[in-house]
Amino acid sequence: MSLDLTTTADLARALSPELTLTAAGMLALLVTAWRHTSARDLRIVGWVTLAGLAAGGVAVWWLWSQGARAAGPPSMIAVDAFRFVTDALFLAAAGLTVLASFDYLEREALLVPEYYVLLLFATLGMMLMAGGEDLMVIFLGLELMSVSVYVLAGINRTSGAAAEAALKYFLLGAFASGFLLYGIALVYGATATTNLTAIAAQVRTQSLAQSPLLLIGLGLVLVGFGFKVAAVPFHMWAPDVYDGSPTPVTGYMATAVKAAGFAALFRLLVEAFGGVAAWKPIVWWLAVATMVAGNFIALAQRTVKRMLAYSSVAHAGYLLVAVAVGSWPASAALLVYLFAYTVVTLAAFALLAALGREGERAVRIDDLAGLAQRRPWLALALAVCMLSLLGFPGTAGFIGKWYILVAATMAHESVLAAILVLTSVVSAGYYLPVIMAMYMKPEPFDQAHAGVRLGRPAAVVVAACVIGLLVLGIRPNALLQLGRESALLAPTPAPAATTATGR
Amino acid sequence: MYSQAVLTALLAWPVVAAAAVLLVPERWAKHVALAASLVEFAISVPLWWTFRPAAGMQFVLDVPWISFWGIRYTVGVDGISLFMVLLTTFLVPLSVLGSYAYITTRERGFYALLLVLTSGMIGVFVSLDLFLFYVMWEVMLIPMYFIIGVWGGERRLYAAIKFFIYTFFGSLLMLVAILVLVSQVGHQTGVYSFSYAYLTAHLGGLGSAAFWLFGAFFLAFAIKVPMFPFHTWLPDAHVEAPTAGSVILAGVLLKMGTYGFLRFALPLFPAVALHPAIQAAVVTLALIGIVYGGLVAMVQPDFKKLIAYSSVAHLGFVMLGIWALTLQSVQGALLVMINHGISTGALFFLAGMLYERRHSRLIDAFGGIAKVVPLLAAALTIVSLSSIGLPATNGFVGEFLVLLGAFRTYPRAAIVATTGVIVAAMYLLPALQRVIYNPLDKPENEKLADLTPREIAVLAPLLACIVWIGVYPAPILRRMEPAAKQLIQSVRLDAATFTATR
Repeated sequence: MSLDLTTTADLARALSPELTLTAAGMLALLVTAWRHTSARDLRIVGWVTLAGLAAGGVAVWWLWSQGARAAGPPSMIAVDAFRFVTDALFLAAAGLTVLASFDYLEREALLVPEYYVLLLFATLGMMLMAGGEDLMVIFLGLELMSVSVYVLAGINRTSGAAAEAALKYFLLGAFASGFLLYGIALVYGATATTNLTAIAAQVRTQSLAQSPLLLIGLGLVLVGFGFKVAAVPFHMWAPDVYDGSPTPVTGYMATAVKAAGFAALFRLLVEAFGGVAAWKPIVWWLAVATMVAGNFIALAQRTVKRMLAYSSVAHAGYLLVAVAVGSWPASAALLVYLFAYTVVTLAAFALLAALGREGERAVRIDDLAGLAQRRPWLALALAVCMLSLLGFPGTAGFIGKWYILVAATMAHESVLAAILVLTSVVSAGYYLPVIMAMYMKPEPFDQAHAGVRLGRPAAVVVAACVIGLLVLGIRPNALLQLGRESALLAPTPAPAATTATGR
Repeated sequence: MYSQAVLTALLAWPVVAAAAVLLVPERWAKHVALAASLVEFAISVPLWWTFRPAAGMQFVLDVPWISFWGIRYTVGVDGISLFMVLLTTFLVPLSVLGSYAYITTRERGFYALLLVLTSGMIGVFVSLDLFLFYVMWEVMLIPMYFIIGVWGGERRLYAAIKFFIYTFFGSLLMLVAILVLVSQVGHQTGVYSFSYAYLTAHLGGLGSAAFWLFGAFFLAFAIKVPMFPFHTWLPDAHVEAPTAGSVILAGVLLKMGTYGFLRFALPLFPAVALHPAIQAAVVTLALIGIVYGGLVAMVQPDFKKLIAYSSVAHLGFVMLGIWALTLQSVQGALLVMINHGISTGALFFLAGMLYERRHSRLIDAFGGIAKVVPLLAAALTIVSLSSIGLPATNGFVGEFLVLLGAFRTYPRAAIVATTGVIVAAMYLLPALQRVIYNPLDKPENEKLADLTPREIAVLAPLLACIVWIGVYPAPILRRMEPAAKQLIQSVRLDAATFTATR
């Protein structure tokens, strides 16, 4: 199906997932206006949200199955498989977050149905961001997502930590947006356009690859995105914000928000700046710094949530490796890794939300001691999550890491690959203690794990994620196929594979 | 039918059995596990008769797995891996039986992990696809980690994480090396394949990268062997592991390192492996392992630690035999691998039996117990003598062949290694004397119980093997000879051509 985006009808078709989600958001907002007092109202809005997300998913699937492609002049929104896959990922992450939130919100007495509305709008922002073919659309999507998530971080108004998290996130996020916007302005100044493909064409025809204005603009854009994906040295906000936010929101931030940042960053770098070599070494060093710092600081953490926060910084480093490599296997690897990482992280945070018990006590790693005897299934699920985060064979995490390594070695980035695996060894130092505490240490006192309750929707999420992790770890063929077909870059004949993006 | 399915059955059956063990009531777990491991052994035994020495790789099954990356599920055995598979299936039922009294908590989990571990170990020995090999190599890490960490001694957490991190470190570097190797060969030939046969057939032109790739493989395998100076995880893991864990660790897991050298490091990078500087370095490390392992074993107060260090020494012989690369030395190395599995396995069983009686692993806690427990004392004597390498025991045949073969390539190294045999007598005989002879001066030792029928059932097969291999090793040597010969020829030939073309 070829869509001419200059006509309103085709544009509406191309935007049908976003429009569906907007409508669902409005509807949920309306429901919220009337029903916002009891736990039952909360659940109603939750189901409305799920229905909206499902409808958005159907719209994405429809475009995808029709093989929708854009025709005509460059436009504001991309119509390609990369967008559909990332959209599906955001929708799935949001759906799983909603399911994991049901029991959590009731337990914490957070009877705020707007929670779900904000989730919907944040997801909409992500979809615009990852599908944006124009710097302005990307920026608008990013702001829509960010503002929604700022509020979500502080949705628990009685918690000091949540208020701190929200304020910190807001201030630093606004700062980052400033960088990004200024960078966009400079890029516009250099190329006289904000359209990604048009920027690439301008760079080529006007030979702007060395233009200082463009390079400074690109640098500022990288800084802005560096904040959003929590790349070292722009990661300072992440641990405090992750720690203070409600746990399901943290899971959502660590997965969907990060995935959106990476999807938009990758599209931007590949489509607009494919001809500018300058970003490669910058991203290369960002990747190294992020992997090293993220992993080593995570080693020093005592609470599970902070440890997972730093581990998500480390995972951003692995993803940056794929961005730095920038070849077509890397673009497929990025998708596969994002998928595996999202599944495992959502499951881990859903489990953590249950372990926090009432009042969200900070769960230290030592607090998990003896969990395996009391709650064997819960412990098993968390152990599988840890192994998948570690990238252990037999789990989807390994397939993702393996794919990034394949892409890196095929592009002759063996040093980057070696740093990736060496920092992965370090990560064993903080993932294993969780398993160790659960299985190898005795329960500190009787009934230490009483009150740990995983609600049914959350249990479904966890079970589905864990089974998915194991199945994909052994038989990843379908996932790999998906990654290859929706990669942003097309496969090129073997010898040219590494030179395709201007190395 | 049997020839295609047998290896896959050996891989799948323990996993199925592990699930069954988890489902039955706690008190049946060990019996079910024993039955399952005996079935596993029974499946593997016909390999011995149906194996045709001259036929190269056999019992091969080759099906696509992740075609997108050129990964296939390829399994097969030759004269090198056959005995490793048989050793594994032979030791596992004994380990299960040997754990009957030792493991008293969370039995289902223990036996299930032991069975999963069996799958992983066999997987390492039969994989003919580098991806499959890597996955198996890592997968067996987890059950062992749990076995040490949950059912181990006092410092089990430390030992478990040390074991894990050491091995994980080495194997991840090997992972990068595998990927670089595949992508280099792929760049040149246009086919990206993880198949062992394909890679060994298209090795030309790795250039200087070969050195780094060999280094990564070397590190992974040397940690596993373990070679001096990468051995420091071993004493901790051995001492803290429960008896069955120690037996499997010494009997099978250490062999994965030396097997890795024989199967992958040498055939994939012959020119680097036979480079004079590398040869000198490896042989020196092997010699240090032999002598240092023996000397350190001599001063250990802890019986299990003594056995652990003696492993370092024995594996030094294996490394020397492999690198000498003559027919006798490679056959000898393979035989030492088998013998070490049997003798050291038996030693760990005996150490465990002593521990169950006295709850002490210290040599000084015993003394003069030959009068009290004559059967146990006799078994310990025979096993110790075989570990020293007394003629007419299995230990002698293997080490003698290694020394004989190594003498032709490295005469001076062979002379130094010979002192290792003497050192072995110097640490094991005094220990033996202090445990079972000497005066019976401790009242606690006067009432020790002798071997129970179950313990005899554990030890008898091992003792039988000690004598059988010591007296008549020909059936084993005959089966491994063509594979060893072929390996030596191809490595030497490839090394020569690579060096010539450079």
